[in-house]
Amino acid sequence: MTDDPRTPAAGEAAADDPRPQERAVTDDPRTPSSGEAVTDDPRPPGEAAGGVPPAGPAYGSNEAPRATAGDDVLTRHGERVEMRAAACFVVSFLAAAVLAAVYWQGGQPQAEGVLLAVSLGGIGVGIVLWAKHFMPDDEVAEERHPMASTEEEVASFTNDFQAGESTLRSRRILVATAGGACAALGVAILFPIRSLGPRPGRGLKETAFKAGGLRVVREDGSPVRPDDVEPGGFITVFPDGHTDSADASTLLIRLRPSQDFQPVPGRQDWVVDDLVAYSKICTHVGCPVGLYQAEVGLLLCPCHQSTFDVLEGARPVFGPAARALPQLPLGLDDQGYVIATGDFSSPTGPGFWDRDR
Amino acid sequence: MSPKGPRPERLLTHRIARWVDTRLGAAKFARTALNKVFPDHWSFMIGELGLYCFVVLVLTGVYLTFFFDASTNKVLYDGSYEPLVGVEMTQAYRSALELSFDVRAGLVMRQIHHWAALLFLASIAVHLARVFFTGAFRRPREINWIIGCTLLILALLNGLFGYSLLDDQLSGTGLRIVYSITLSIPVVGTWLASLLFGGEFPGPDIIERLYVIHILLIPAAIAVLLAGHLGILVRQKHSQFPGPGRREDNVVGERMWPTYAAKALGLFFLTSAVLAFLGGVFQINPIWIYGPFDPAQVSAASQPDWYMGWLDGALRIMPGWEIRAFGFEIPNPFFPGILLAGLTFTLLFAWPFLEARVTGDYAEHNLLDRPRQRPVRTALGAATITFYGVCFLGGAADVLASTFGLSVNAILWTFRFLVLLLPPIVGWMVYRLCKELSARDGVPTGSRVTVREIPGRLRRRRGPGPGEGVEAPEPAAGG
Repeated sequence: MTDDPRTPAAGEAAADDPRPQERAVTDDPRTPSSGEAVTDDPRPPGEAAGGVPPAGPAYGSNEAPRATAGDDVLTRHGERVEMRAAACFVVSFLAAAVLAAVYWQGGQPQAEGVLLAVSLGGIGVGIVLWAKHFMPDDEVAEERHPMASTEEEVASFTNDFQAGESTLRSRRILVATAGGACAALGVAILFPIRSLGPRPGRGLKETAFKAGGLRVVREDGSPVRPDDVEPGGFITVFPDGHTDSADASTLLIRLRPSQDFQPVPGRQDWVVDDLVAYSKICTHVGCPVGLYQAEVGLLLCPCHQSTFDVLEGARPVFGPAARALPQLPLGLDDQGYVIATGDFSSPTGPGFWDRDR
Repeated sequence: MSPKGPRPERLLTHRIARWVDTRLGAAKFARTALNKVFPDHWSFMIGELGLYCFVVLVLTGVYLTFFFDASTNKVLYDGSYEPLVGVEMTQAYRSALELSFDVRAGLVMRQIHHWAALLFLASIAVHLARVFFTGAFRRPREINWIIGCTLLILALLNGLFGYSLLDDQLSGTGLRIVYSITLSIPVVGTWLASLLFGGEFPGPDIIERLYVIHILLIPAAIAVLLAGHLGILVRQKHSQFPGPGRREDNVVGERMWPTYAAKALGLFFLTSAVLAFLGGVFQINPIWIYGPFDPAQVSAASQPDWYMGWLDGALRIMPGWEIRAFGFEIPNPFFPGILLAGLTFTLLFAWPFLEARVTGDYAEHNLLDRPRQRPVRTALGAATITFYGVCFLGGAADVLASTFGLSVNAILWTFRFLVLLLPPIVGWMVYRLCKELSARDGVPTGSRVTVREIPGRLRRRRGPGPGEGVEAPEPAAGG
């Protein structure tokens, strides 16, 4: 946008003779080492021959520095560019004024954005035009020195440091006790980190369903009868009284009678009236498994495409999830509402180190 | 001031400058700064873009903090966005809605902030690639490479934490994934997750904590590291591409004052202008469409911001494997979420040292490589970008599936193979291409000769002494 390599100028100089560049380095008066030369015109004639006028005196003038031959065409071109840059600043000024007015009138996001962009962009384009056409674009070379200090500098530093160090070391008891005190303090101030959160106890392994006999309810708290769910449909349910719990949201799925459901051994009686319930929290990274393809009995997690087979204990059949969705044992209470007879078959949600302990 | 002090200046600015100088003696230093030479190349301004994005982020971010309320207290929405009136939500989400609909200039500021974050990360990534492919990380610039990589991590985290604050459906799902990845760390994962979130997900404190981290800790760290990054840049002087008159022991370019400073200022205004335009015209993160976070709900096509895409894609591409032994478990998300990310950044930090060790090139380099001159490095870089590119596309597997009417399983299987096969193929092709191109240039590639030549020259020039004594007389002769 703004910059392009000034290779032509440098190339010219180098093509003539490599020396001017060489000199441009060494006689650059602006290195701190040769501060005295500053008041003189720093530029050697050789550099001016490279097609670039001296930088210093030209800063304040309005002339285009490129018009080396005093060429009328170039001067007129310079004037045109100057007018263009000035126009940019004027446009920016106007946009800022309108921006203020728009805000004053109640604001409008799109207009604000565009006007702000025009106002900022006007200044930006104006400055870039100014810089490209009316500021020195001569390339100068600056000497670069190796980063490392000289051996003498290192030696004298080492000397001074060791002198101080030996003074410090001579008080051995102080070094030892101060070191011990700092270490103890360092450990002590780590303890408050413990306040940031509770010990990860049973919470990750249990849900509110562990009470047993809790009704499963919809998000609004209403209990569910088996017939409330269409065959092939599902609803999201929670433990009664815990509808905001993040680890116990459950998919209550009504199987179609035609579907060949294969219960996990030992969970034959966890199903009630073709209703089967699985944790809605993906065993991968805990997204709600919200997509159910009833005809094939597959649950799909929209986050990372883990797929679970509802007909076979919600075992993972595709994607990054490595464990089946935990199943919830279902039953009916004496009023005919669906209840959970106990907690999930395993901890819900993503895995962790001691999940099986 | 003594009565014989310098006569007072007329202009106020001069008077102020004089006042400062008489107290700090800053003129000499300031003059050196004015005459600092910066080499010019379009690729050098990408890092600059990142700097300007950061400035815009701070400016807009400060404005946003005046209105945002990082609280997880539940409230009923009663603001001006009709579809959500009466919906229960957190105070954080409500204040973000108010900021968008009821605070004048709030939405445009929020959107500029978000666009600036996207561009901030983009400039860092491209800047990193520029530094890598041109070998600008070599001695003496390893420290700045490390600072730069740290800045990348901080920027990634702050972007993620920033959009997670709003507590909308999308960002809540993102936080849940962050929680699960933290949980997956062996041995300490459950403790870390509990300490970070203040308990089990969703955690009562996470929004407040992320807020402090997002607006104070990380920005302060970024500002300090940026200052160091630029300070070291000034101290070491910018690297430059080879060219006429450009050597290892000089720096050729424009002076800081006035041209370079003006161009830099112009670029700042232009960057801000683009961000303002994007923020005004192109909607970004419309949280009112996502709705407030409900841990039992999720929407399809949940994608993070682009810079987290590679991680999200890696989570998707990873096959369903995990390790269970002796009653303990290393869950699946650990491998893409922690191991891959950890490996990525370890290699990134270690690269300058690895390369120096392999090539045996410990010399100072101020002249940059063209990528073709270093076929192995360029090929490895291209392969790495390909790897993360495939991961990134994997993050859009569901969108690709629905857009092109394909099976999402087929797409993910394809990506599982591509992520392993494509990087070596691309790497090999790039290697051949570099060889071919440099053979046409007639430049020997990666030969020890080139490498050895440079320190030799340096030593020769250093020979007469520290430099000043020899070179000082020359201006008089030249002028």
